[in-house]
Amino acid sequence: MKLQEYQSKSIFAKFGIPIPKGRVATTATEARQIAEELGGRVVVKSQVLVGGRGKAGGIRLAKSPKEAEELATQILGMVIKGLPVRKVLIDEAANIEQEIYLGITNDRAARRPVIMASAAGGVDIEEVARVSPEKIIKVHIDPLLGLRDFQSRDIAAGIDLPRDCWKEFARISLNLWKVYSETDSTLAEINPLVITKDRHLVAVDGKMVIDDNSLFRHSDLAEMRDLDEEVVSETEARKYGLSFIKLDGQIGCMVNGAGLAMTTMDIVKLFGGEPANFLDIGGGANADKVSAAFRIILSDKNVKAILINIFGGITRCDEVAKGILAALEEVKPSIPMVVRLVGTNSEEGIRLLADANMITATTLADAAKKSVLASQGILEM
Amino acid sequence: MSILINKNTRLLVQGITGNEGMFHSEQMHAYGTNIVAGVTPGKGGEWVLNDKVPVFDSVRMAVQATEANASVIFVPSRFAPDAIYEAADAGIPLIVCITEGIPVQDMMRVREYLDQKKVRLLGPNCPGILTPGECKVGIIPGDIALAGNIGVVSRSGTLTYEVLYALKLVGMGATTCVGIGGDPINGMSFIDCLDMFEADPHTEKIVMIGEIGGSDEEKAAQFIASHLTKPVVSFIAGQTAPPGKRMGHAGAIIEGGSGTAAEKIIALEKAGVQVAKHPEEIPMLLR
Repeated sequence: MKLQEYQSKSIFAKFGIPIPKGRVATTATEARQIAEELGGRVVVKSQVLVGGRGKAGGIRLAKSPKEAEELATQILGMVIKGLPVRKVLIDEAANIEQEIYLGITNDRAARRPVIMASAAGGVDIEEVARVSPEKIIKVHIDPLLGLRDFQSRDIAAGIDLPRDCWKEFARISLNLWKVYSETDSTLAEINPLVITKDRHLVAVDGKMVIDDNSLFRHSDLAEMRDLDEEVVSETEARKYGLSFIKLDGQIGCMVNGAGLAMTTMDIVKLFGGEPANFLDIGGGANADKVSAAFRIILSDKNVKAILINIFGGITRCDEVAKGILAALEEVKPSIPMVVRLVGTNSEEGIRLLADANMITATTLADAAKKSVLASQGILEM
Repeated sequence: MSILINKNTRLLVQGITGNEGMFHSEQMHAYGTNIVAGVTPGKGGEWVLNDKVPVFDSVRMAVQATEANASVIFVPSRFAPDAIYEAADAGIPLIVCITEGIPVQDMMRVREYLDQKKVRLLGPNCPGILTPGECKVGIIPGDIALAGNIGVVSRSGTLTYEVLYALKLVGMGATTCVGIGGDPINGMSFIDCLDMFEADPHTEKIVMIGEIGGSDEEKAAQFIASHLTKPVVSFIAGQTAPPGKRMGHAGAIIEGGSGTAAEKIIALEKAGVQVAKHPEEIPMLLR
């Protein structure tokens, strides 16, 4: 789960990392008021969960409250990479001497957290990593020991940080480690961490991603989820414990198991179709879950056929079929459906569904071919 | 012959009295697995599975009383890391964690701790291990696989069943099937399993099923090129997956343009591995 900049920075502040004074506004008038309170120059920053806000013109400097109001009017009307801007953060502008990058993330290959820093801050760090990787210093952290001060000093020295900033840098690094470990982040990043003209460090921009699996122990963070920025169907799916991702094709897929769901998408494509979604309904296909899955798939008007692929291992196929039939009673889709059931009691399950006018298939390849034909209107129920 | 488990495996089930634990214990027992003990804190002294299997309060007590040499974990994600630590601390040499949804930082700490012990972890978020005809540890349905000479290793669950079933339809079977799990930080890797299959005299060919995310398949490809004499057939799921989205498994995310199916397939083909276009092609490529 990604957090907005203002949310990330409020968490940084709680953990003792200095951030600029500022507040969120949803209207231009509010933006002006905040700018007046702050006095002097402010930065008007669009709050959307995508990178490249600056390049898109979504981050602007205002020299007066009046200008802040004008810029907020512009920015609040913008759509950045498909996302409409609904909020702006009004921050006191920092007096920038130097911009550095500081972030902690999971290094999957090393199976450890890694802290990264670069003197080339304030720009797209992925770009720095690609073009001049030597400018990024990386230090792995023992997850049982945590970040140690000597490691912070190694990093400070590695990026040629001025010595008079080392103490503050070590404190901020340690606090960023606390943010990362205590919020179960998969990314906690300050970019830029600014050295001001009066030689202090301030986290001017921040980004956090929280591990979805950890939300059971972070109810406060779970409430920060910005539903405005999610695809509605993905929010709906989460409510029913379904794993769903919307794509752009015509063939809706309903599958049990994540690996098999991906494979089903792949094989649809292999036989000339385009999958409309990834959907894993998990084990035990009960009628409620299947109904929800049908509703979510059918809410996408591009969908011209549905492919149901269930490998009934320990769940019996006749029970899965009954779940599907009960769901059909409720949802009544009008587009063709191809179903493949394999495993325990599959003959009985397939018979039940064939009686309900569904197109049945035996192999994966067969199911994919039939669903492609059905989506083109060549094969009918 | 087989790897990891066989008819001499003495299995302990952590979380045996829960819904999932009980259901799958019955299935494993019916398959012929020798379940010697269960653990549920607070339920020590009870008996389950027709009063044949004793329940203990702790793994240590269960091991002392029954000499269990493998454990399978069915406890909810918030308690699962502790269950793994407990099994490792009691010296169980093989720990299989079925539980899905363990936070990744918990798993990093678990790995760091386990690396200091002489124990093997399989999973989490995995279907377990099946040695057809002898023993099953976990949730792989027993009746979809025949015993045979093919070693199967996979990051997925139902996709693995699909492959075992496709093999069965043409009369092929497995020495052992190992599901290493779909999480970004886990225990045994492809390489660990490939190494064991290479050493197992009854395994003649190997099937490796990967998916998008991480670089384990690329590392496995290097290992295959330098260490394996047995032929390997592979399939990689997620060729149509969009970047940045988590495809069900926490580990299945394409990050910053790496971890794609295309990269993995190229690496494997370079190592001499035949990569199937879809799972039903696998039996044909094994002939």
